[in-house]
Amino acid sequence: MSDPAAPARDRSAGPSSVATHCPYCALQCGTRLDRGDATTDATTDTTTNAAAPVTTTAAVTVTAAVTVRPDPGFPVNRGGLCQKGWTAPALLDTADRLRTPLLRGADGELRPVDWDTALDAVAAALLRLRAAHGPDAVAVFGGGGLTNEKAYLLGKFARVTLGTSQIDYNGRFCMSSAAAAGNAAFGLDRGLPFPVTDLGAADTVLLAGANPAETMPPLMRHLDRADLIVIDPRRTRTAELAALHLQPEPGTDLALALGLLHLTVAGGHADKEYLAARTSGFDDAWRHAAAWWPERVEQVTGVPVAAQREAVALLARASRAYVLTGRGAEQHSKGTDTAAAFVNLALALGLPGREGSGYGCLTGQGNGQGGREHGQKADQLPGYRQITDPAARAHVAAVWGVDPDALPGPGRSAYELLDALGTDGGPRALLVFGANPVVSAPNAGHVTRRLGALDLLVVADFVPSETARIADVVLPVAQWAEEDGTLTNLEGRILRRRRLLDPPPGVRDDLWVLRALAARLGDDPARYPVDAERAFDELRRASRGGPADYSGVSYRRLDAGEALHWPCPETPGRRPAHPGTPRLFLDRFAHPDGRARFAAVEHRPPAERPDERWPLYATTGRVLAQYQSGAQTRRVAELNAAAPEAHVEIHPDTARRAGLEDGDLARITSARGSTRARVRLDPALRTDTVFLPFHFPGTGRANLLTGDALDPRSRMPEFKVSAVRVDRWEEPAP
Amino acid sequence: MTGTGILVVGNGPVAHRFVERLRHHGRTDRVTVLDAADSPACHRPLLTSVLDGSLPATAVTLAPPPGDTLLAAGTRAVRIDRARRLVHTEHGDAHRYDRLVLATGATPHVPDLPGLRGPDGRPAPGVSTLRTLADAVRPRGERVTVLGGGVLGVEAALALRRAGHLVTLVHRHAWPLNRRLDRAAGELLAARLAAAGVELRLSTTATGYSPGRLALTRPDGGRGAVEGDALLLCTGAEPATALARAAGLPVRAGVLVDADTRTGDPRVHAIGDCAEHPDEPPGTLRSGWAQAETAARLLATGTARHRPSRPVLRPRTPGLDLAVLGEPEPATPPDETIQLTDAARGRYARLHLTGGRLTGAVLLGWERAIADLVQLHQRDLPVPRDRLALLLGRPTRPATGPVELPDHAVVCHCNNVTAGTLAHAWHAGARSTPELAAATRATTGCGGCARGVEALRAVLAARADTTAPTRQPAGSGR
Repeated sequence: MSDPAAPARDRSAGPSSVATHCPYCALQCGTRLDRGDATTDATTDTTTNAAAPVTTTAAVTVTAAVTVRPDPGFPVNRGGLCQKGWTAPALLDTADRLRTPLLRGADGELRPVDWDTALDAVAAALLRLRAAHGPDAVAVFGGGGLTNEKAYLLGKFARVTLGTSQIDYNGRFCMSSAAAAGNAAFGLDRGLPFPVTDLGAADTVLLAGANPAETMPPLMRHLDRADLIVIDPRRTRTAELAALHLQPEPGTDLALALGLLHLTVAGGHADKEYLAARTSGFDDAWRHAAAWWPERVEQVTGVPVAAQREAVALLARASRAYVLTGRGAEQHSKGTDTAAAFVNLALALGLPGREGSGYGCLTGQGNGQGGREHGQKADQLPGYRQITDPAARAHVAAVWGVDPDALPGPGRSAYELLDALGTDGGPRALLVFGANPVVSAPNAGHVTRRLGALDLLVVADFVPSETARIADVVLPVAQWAEEDGTLTNLEGRILRRRRLLDPPPGVRDDLWVLRALAARLGDDPARYPVDAERAFDELRRASRGGPADYSGVSYRRLDAGEALHWPCPETPGRRPAHPGTPRLFLDRFAHPDGRARFAAVEHRPPAERPDERWPLYATTGRVLAQYQSGAQTRRVAELNAAAPEAHVEIHPDTARRAGLEDGDLARITSARGSTRARVRLDPALRTDTVFLPFHFPGTGRANLLTGDALDPRSRMPEFKVSAVRVDRWEEPAP
Repeated sequence: MTGTGILVVGNGPVAHRFVERLRHHGRTDRVTVLDAADSPACHRPLLTSVLDGSLPATAVTLAPPPGDTLLAAGTRAVRIDRARRLVHTEHGDAHRYDRLVLATGATPHVPDLPGLRGPDGRPAPGVSTLRTLADAVRPRGERVTVLGGGVLGVEAALALRRAGHLVTLVHRHAWPLNRRLDRAAGELLAARLAAAGVELRLSTTATGYSPGRLALTRPDGGRGAVEGDALLLCTGAEPATALARAAGLPVRAGVLVDADTRTGDPRVHAIGDCAEHPDEPPGTLRSGWAQAETAARLLATGTARHRPSRPVLRPRTPGLDLAVLGEPEPATPPDETIQLTDAARGRYARLHLTGGRLTGAVLLGWERAIADLVQLHQRDLPVPRDRLALLLGRPTRPATGPVELPDHAVVCHCNNVTAGTLAHAWHAGARSTPELAAATRATTGCGGCARGVEALRAVLAARADTTAPTRQPAGSGR
């Protein structure tokens, strides 16, 4: 471990080497950053991005040669790093880095201003809107990439300073379905209730709608021993490594999961002792699965009966087996039920709550896990508490020094929030931290219009993202290697992010921004510590006694190298510190009766199915070289060279009918809009399905196609199924 | 709507589906279900799973209908009074209806053979059918004779074999499933059944029964018999139409209905096996569910828009994949017929295509293609141009062996490292895999390409040895 010395005051001073973590996905690969000598460059950097009305002119400190190495001692990546991680230092000096606040002038142009001007403008508008329309006229949209400290204080800022119920975050588009299913089944939601390294000893791992070989490659180092069963309409790189690939029609994973449960029971593989001792609700769940005999499942999903049987055989004969879900199973208007159906399968096999087997969700964003625990979700308070629970409200209000009755109730979910912007009764102002909904939200054309209808859009980011470019005020904030904090990775382990550099001059940390705004809004700035460790200490108190209890975690323990998975409560008096909980549920599940609950779920079709007008399914996802909305990775030359533009994967027969050949530009159109993408022929794809990655901006946005159907419980949008047609792209007439 | 609610006669899977879909589509008024059955309503396709012992009887019963449904169990409807909109029951009471839905199903056909029926008209001792849960759990002894080589007969014979019975299948025609399969497919199926241990008596007619013995005429016209502990009749089913017929509703083989499930009386519907629907093939659950959906939608929303389900026969015969799509012989000659016989593996395929779309198919074996073609047929989608690849299974991308990799081929996907980049690094002196990793980042992501990099390294080294024997030793070429 490096010396976690006090943060440097000078961008080029401070420790020349830190142990930290990759800025991208939930794997949070351990890395070591080294800094060569920095120089202050006297030249003026004038960056004009043709696509954006953003011009920054500033003297910049060029950071000489920050280099990254994977940390061979960190068990999650075991010395591995993908291209995104290797090239992450390039983000620190991206040419169009935001270095000064921007304010949209009367002429409609974003212009550099000083911080006081920007924050005064924000505060004045927020006060005016709140006075005119009430506190819910101001909304907050957070991100699953924010540190725990930022997520925590952002939630507090919304509820205490703004007094608004209208806060949600982009994690709603990520893990919310698995979270809802996990809470219902186990009484607790932690992506993986076991350390990632446990997967290394598995005999069989079922990956439902997950493609880690491309989305989090170093995870595959733990999956090289097991027989993999991959469920994905596409033959992904993960599918190619699988012992068995099941390729269902988009939107039918739930029927497939019901069918696998059916065959598990009919094959005599249900663990009856476990069912009796550790679960409840099997009979009701079975009544639905009973109707999904394999021949019927085949007709609905297109997965051969023999392949269904083989999948169950692989799971049943394993002595150590895991069922893992990803976005492919979860991003549906029935995502919660689908995740629950896979949980049911795992429970029938007796996997959860046993060392060496289990169910888990592969969390996506860097702090997707921590981000959903500390209060930026519309219905939650810190510590993974429910905002409707009076005891939870009382506890958190006491930590915050406010009256419990002053805390707002649950607000709108992410899509509903975006959909309500600028409408009657909807928010008139939106503060965005760590998200880029213009690219990443479903029905992106509509969402962009709603953002445009706001009286005030404020975006805090470190690059001029597509959302920042349409903002009224842009606040330049620090990025990963410039800040301290903690993130919680996909296995519920709390990790330290450490500062190697100070932010560039003119750039502030998000915590500083919240404090400065709070002061201008008439709140006590002391409520908002700017020091990450102090913020974390308050988070610990707020989480104490909640499901995600961090009270026993401290920077001191983390910096000493302890591996701490929550819950990790503080121990009273002089008793030894709690060791954290690498494996949950070994003795009991988190429901009052200690039992896991089966969910009685039934298959239903997606909101949209192909018809004569829209004859194909479109499904969306990721490529290896880009991350999320691409706002970061598209600025890294090496990554952009690997994946420079939107593409559409399409079966050669389907392309041929549309008059398209490999490399052509295609227009993909749904009832909501059109997207432009480069044709990539894939004979291994289903003929009824096309695939588009969603990382690209402008006319290449895959989310121009996706719709507004939401899961009734998780409020997850149906990213994975849209009905589309595909034609040649014709440039619009000039 | 006004009135006194919806009355359903029958409590099988089609009746259940109807009630569930009625609620789904938003009709909330009272629903009463009259259930005459003496064993619990069950998923009929799962009876063979009970027969072979893989599921207990309790596992295949239907979930109860939606909570607010009034279920009158043990209540046989005896008469419909259409004028007063009443259904009289065996208990002497009557149920009023606004709409009546007949889902009375079908009853197994018992052939008119000497000795098959007892004096009460019911099957004689040792003789059974397979329609209800009680039928599935009936003890049958070691040796079972199955009469009838249709879908149910084939499924049941195989299920009884799986349960360890000694099974003889007696069928009138020269091959089983003769109404759906041509001779080539039928003979292969017969061979597969024989291989599964089912003793076949084909082209054989049953002539009479006495306990333990089914008398036959052999194919050569001679007389013979099969000895067995039990006889299972799989000789078809007849729509249960007595109630409708007595009420004066038009009945042919089944209760005649229009595409939207209306009988001759607009207040009376018939769905499932008791109905004779203009577009739906009789006797399949899929077809019954489609009719239930149509009726439910019509009663809930006022419009039905029945979409005929395309005929798919996919028997429940684990390990023996068989599918018949569309009509066995198309009404108009197809554009294209593809036929493939792989007798050694017991596989057969015959596809009829018109306009690139499937009009009919018989498939035995080809488990992957069956799954694909069933979906393409149901949704009337074009069949992939490479017909043979379709049958053999979807292609995977070409394997990336190290030897003939072009320079642009990506070896390490996690770090986007090509064979050319690796070769360049090798020539620049990175001779071991760790050195290549340090120079190019290959192998540092998922680690999955380590073997490929090692193989490429070996190829480069070998090539250097043969083409440049005087070259410096590996590792010192910097």
